[in-house]
Order: sequence, then C-alpha cells, then structure tokens
Amino acid sequence: MTDNTLLSVDDVVVDLPTPRGNLRAVDHVDLRVGAGRTLGVVGESGCGKTMLSRAILQLLPKKAKLSGRVMFDGQDLLQLSPEKLRKLRGRSLAVVFQDPMTSLNPVLTIGTQLIETLQEHLELDDATAKKRSAELLAAVGIPAPEQRLQQYPHQLSGGMRQRVAIAIALSCEPKLLIADEPTTALDVTIQAQILDLLAREQRRRHMAMILITHDLGVVAGRTDEVAVMYAGRVVERAPTPALFKKMRMPYTEALLAALPKIDAAPHTPLPAISGRPPDPTRPLKGCSFSPRCRYADGRCHNEKPALAEAESREHQYACFHPIETGVGASV
Amino acid sequence: MATLELSLDEDVAAAPARRVRRLGPLFWLATGWMIFVFAVAIFAELLPLPSPTDMDMLERRAPFSLAHWLGTDGLGRDELARVIYGARISLVVGLCAPIIGLIFGGALGMLAGYFRGRFESLVVGSMDVLLAFPPLILALAVTAYLGQSILNLTFILGVLSIPAFMRVARAATLTLARREFVIAAQALGATHSRILLRELLPNVMLPLLAFFLLGVAVIIVVEGALSFLGLGVPPPISSWGSMIGEGRESLEVAPRLAFIPAIAMFLTVLSFNLVGDTLRALTDPRQGAL
Repeated sequence: MTDNTLLSVDDVVVDLPTPRGNLRAVDHVDLRVGAGRTLGVVGESGCGKTMLSRAILQLLPKKAKLSGRVMFDGQDLLQLSPEKLRKLRGRSLAVVFQDPMTSLNPVLTIGTQLIETLQEHLELDDATAKKRSAELLAAVGIPAPEQRLQQYPHQLSGGMRQRVAIAIALSCEPKLLIADEPTTALDVTIQAQILDLLAREQRRRHMAMILITHDLGVVAGRTDEVAVMYAGRVVERAPTPALFKKMRMPYTEALLAALPKIDAAPHTPLPAISGRPPDPTRPLKGCSFSPRCRYADGRCHNEKPALAEAESREHQYACFHPIETGVGASV
Repeated sequence: MATLELSLDEDVAAAPARRVRRLGPLFWLATGWMIFVFAVAIFAELLPLPSPTDMDMLERRAPFSLAHWLGTDGLGRDELARVIYGARISLVVGLCAPIIGLIFGGALGMLAGYFRGRFESLVVGSMDVLLAFPPLILALAVTAYLGQSILNLTFILGVLSIPAFMRVARAATLTLARREFVIAAQALGATHSRILLRELLPNVMLPLLAFFLLGVAVIIVVEGALSFLGLGVPPPISSWGSMIGEGRESLEVAPRLAFIPAIAMFLTVLSFNLVGDTLRALTDPRQGAL
C-alpha cells in the first residue's frame, strides 16, 4: 500500500437481486489507485467491470446491495451523505462512459452541457464559464470550439462526441477519472486518438485514471497496473510490464491469445475461449474459470483459489496452476 | 502511435446553417386559418359586427344577406357574430384546460417516472381512479354544485386531461431516466432537481407539446359536446358546441345553423393538428426526427 493512495477499494461486494435469484456482480474486490497513476481493469462482458465502477461512484441501481469499503481521498464514500457525495462527483471524481451517443443529452447544446457542469461545481459567471468551455473543447482537440458550443450532439461525429464527453469529465479538474470502455463504441482509427488524448490529459493534469476495457491491447502501453476480472472477482493483478512479461493466470493468457496479432498470417483463426462465463446467479464451488480452463483439475472444481501474492508483492493471482513461462512478451 | 488526424475541420463551416425545410401549402393554410381565427376572436369588439345576443324576432333564420353575412339563428341573432364570439369561448377553454393538464399532469408524470417507488404507485393509482370515473357525471356534478361558467368548464376539462398528460410524461420519463446521459449527469454531481429540469424536461417537453396541441383539438371538441348537452357555457353566451346544439332544433329547416359552427370547429381542430405535427417535427433537435 503506497502512501499516496487516492482510491482504495476494500472487500467490495455488489449483489443484485434478480427474479432468478441473487446475482453477485462484484465478489470481494480489492483495488488501489495512487494519485496520478493509471489502473487498467480488463475482463470480458458481464464480469462486473461496470458494476465495480458504479460501486465506486455510488451509482448502483437502487435495488443493488453494496458492502465493503471505498476510500477516496481520505473519505469513506459509503458513509458520505448524499449531498457530500454529489458534490464530490464531477468535482473530484469524473466518468467517461462507453457510448457518446447516449451519454450526452440529445436536446441540449454542447455548450449548455459543458457550462452547466462548470457552474454546478465552480462558481463561475456566464462569460468565464463560456470561455473555459471553449478552452476545454480546444484542449480535447476539437477545432472551432466557439461554433461547436452552439451545436447539438447529433451534429457531431462519434469521435467528436466522445471528445466532448471527455471535456465535460475533465471540466472541473477531477483527481480521478473513470473511463468505462471509452473507445468500445468508436471506430478503430478513432480509438487510438481518444486513448492518446486521455493519456495526454492525464499526464498534464496529474490525474489518476481507471481504464476499464475488455481489450488487453488497450491497457498494454497505457496503464501502470492491470487488474484482470472474471465473474466478479479480480483473478490477476500486476504492474503492466510484469503482467505482459509473465502472466500467471490461465484466463489472462486466454484473453491475450484472443487478440489478433498484426504479424500473424491472413485468415489465422483466433483462439476463442470456449464456453461462456458462469451464471452469476449460481456461484461455483471452485474456481469460476475452471469449467473453461484447460489446466483445471479436481481441486480447481472444488476449492476457490485466493488472490495470493506471487514472486513479487505487486503481482497477485488466483490460481492453483499458474502458467510458468511468459507468453505475452511479443505484445 | 500513428493517429489519423484526417477529418478535423472539414465539416465545421457547413454545420451551423440549419437547412430550411419546405413546409408545404397545407401548413401555411392551417397557420393562416389559426391566425385568422385568433385575430377575429381577439378583436371581435372592434369589428363592425352586430351584437351576438341582440334578438330580432322578425328576422328569424334569415338567409345570407348584406346585413347578416351568415344569416341569423332561430332567435334572430347574427350568426357570424355568434360564431366569432363563440370562437373566444372555444379557444379560451381549448387552450386553458390542456394547460392545466400539461402543468399538473406533466409534473406528476415526470416525478413518478423519475423517483418511482411508492410515489409512482400512488400517482398512477389515483389517475386510474380519475380515469375510471365517468367524465360526464363529473361534469354534471361540478356544474350542478358550482354553477355553469367558463371557469368551471375549463377547470373540469383541465382536471379530466391530467391523467392523459401524466401518462405521456411518465412513459417518456421512464425510458429517458434509464438513458446513460442521466447516469452521466448523476456522475457529474447533478442534483435531482437539475436532472429533472435541465436533463429530462427538455426531452419530455417534445412529446408533451405535441400531445398538448392534440389536447387542444380534443378539448375544443369535448367542450362542444358538453355545450351541446347543455353542460357548457350558460346562454346567451355562444360557443361552437352550444350553437350546434341550438341548430339541431332547426336541422330540417335551416341546416346551416348547425353546420356553420361545425365547419369552424372542424377547420380549427384540423389546423391545430396539422401545425402541431409539423412544429414538433421541425423543433425536434434529435436525429432523424422528420
């Protein structure tokens, strides 16, 4: 645990009641993000990434039950009054959502949405807020920001809209930015631009970031640490270089193997992970990855491996049969 | 990282100019009729019209003439003056009653759709009760106890229109409140009142306004029906509905006495519907609205 920890998530559990029974979306997760650092959270759809980010923001669905502790900047978010929490959101804790088509209000102009966020948290007069908004749009690489302020979201392209969403998130200089699959809804050519923009603004503002994605390739060059999630649990956690040098959890290996390689021959079939994630309303007794794991044996099916420290203090994984050799060095 | 900085400024110049759409002659005809009806209703006193209540028993059911452009009714009152003064009643009731519904129904619907829970059940339940209550009995009861007046008529019709507006507002809010931009607003620290007023209201307002113009048309017809049944404005004040009701007595002798106010009502209601639809499509800033 470093001294300048900005966000610490301890033993967080999120339960969602469903007609088919209790769904454990996040299962005893511990995470730490230092000030100015980047944490990548990787996992396939439905593994609890988004629920984890909503739990940090305290924006879970009303029926969801949350337990554990979320400490942000010295405050326990679970104990804060709704009013204090509201002031914290947007001001020091901001989010960029996956789909800029839906995360911007379709009937308000870009300017209105930016200016109102600014005025909500910082006491700015109209002229200053407008000037700040134009500067922010320019900072996220939007040309002719003055004109853009007058426009509605549908008059902008997807990449532009995501830039606007980032500008809104950055508007009050947050200490932590949660980017929930910020590039999933965008074209591949735009993805790199948006990720580079996020990295640049993060360095410039010395802001911490949680980058949530299903794409190991996205976190590779852009994060300090990576947490791999599966079925609501963190199954492997390591500093990014260490993880790509020597991944231990078979799930991480399988995720990486599923990435297309640029030097592979054309029409090379991608090794998909067979099967589907376990039904979260029916928790397994053993390791949740065991039904799909090619290394699994009897112990894996009956006993849940704990997230344990491995050769170094930072590199943790939850597996009885860790992979011995590094495989991902080429990425 | 190889980034493609291709299309950054090519569409900036063309973007702000909003394309002027062709509105079509029908829209202009409808707007023209609405302006005409409003103008004559507002300036009725300034027009060189005979009094709408002065009776001339020698000129009963007189045909069209220079003295009485649209003839006279069964009591010798000038038909044109009665249609024009009747427009006042129909328009005032037709606009004010849906405004009551729009404000109360819209607010209740948005609150119910946003906060859900027990409040929603209470609102929806009480609106169902109101819907299940026979509207004519309610109108009868109110006019019996409070008396026949324009105010009471507007009040009854306004209350009766609340459930419909509530349902439209709630349905729109329910789908919108789950959209990501509402969660995004919450994540940016917006208060409930800000989310309701700034994020949801501009979105809910579009279907509500379209429904409002439809409501105006419906209320004009309903006011006519109530007046036809004798529950509307008290005589000798004329409204289109009461004129149709009075004209019914002489339908065989002088059918125009029922048809003239009916045509005025028909054209006005049609105009409201046409203009309402076009304006909604035009002002909707969402993509693919027209």
